[in-house]
Amino acid sequence: MAKQNDIKFLTSTRVEKRQKKYCRFKKMGIRYVDYKDAEFLKKFLNEQGKMLPRRITGNSLKFQRKVAQAVKKARQMALLPYVTDLLK
Amino acid sequence: MATNNNLQNYELMVIFTPVLAEDDFKGAQKKFADFITENGGKIVHQDAWGLRSLAYPIAKKTTGLYWLLSYQATTDVNAKLEIQMNRDENVMRQMVTRLDKYAVEYNAKKRNKLAEATTA
Repeated sequence: MAKQNDIKFLTSTRVEKRQKKYCRFKKMGIRYVDYKDAEFLKKFLNEQGKMLPRRITGNSLKFQRKVAQAVKKARQMALLPYVTDLLK
Repeated sequence: MATNNNLQNYELMVIFTPVLAEDDFKGAQKKFADFITENGGKIVHQDAWGLRSLAYPIAKKTTGLYWLLSYQATTDVNAKLEIQMNRDENVMRQMVTRLDKYAVEYNAKKRNKLAEATTA
């Protein structure tokens, strides 16, 4: 039985270290999410105009909720579509 | 400032039908702005975005005249204002947002930036 140390690799193993996600609102000090700024809100939507989850955006819960409200308002006022393809 | 305590900050966004002429558009804006001041409110700022294409058709129209108004008013004004707007057939859609202190700060900052950009 080979011990763990005995295993040799031909090329050095590369362990990818993923960058830690962060809440951009907290980092940039943004305290109000503006529903009028559709271009900014698009960062939190996917191609179909659906909200991206927190595990992808990295937003804190507080701001994810605010983003959700802003997106809903923008949709109501026809600044963002409810359903679409090829947004962005 | 005792009288100001019960005034809240609000923001009104209206989409008018795109068929309005320039004068009618101005008249409609004035109508609602006057309505707020008559009911003891104060106009903070107004901004007419003008004709914009909508993200999806509303009432079979693909464009709309956007108008933005930030104001201070007592809480009962909004209900009255909504009735007025529902009655008006030029209004395709309207929304009133209550602004918190961060929103007021944000809007003021944005306005100042715009003013600087136009003068410079």
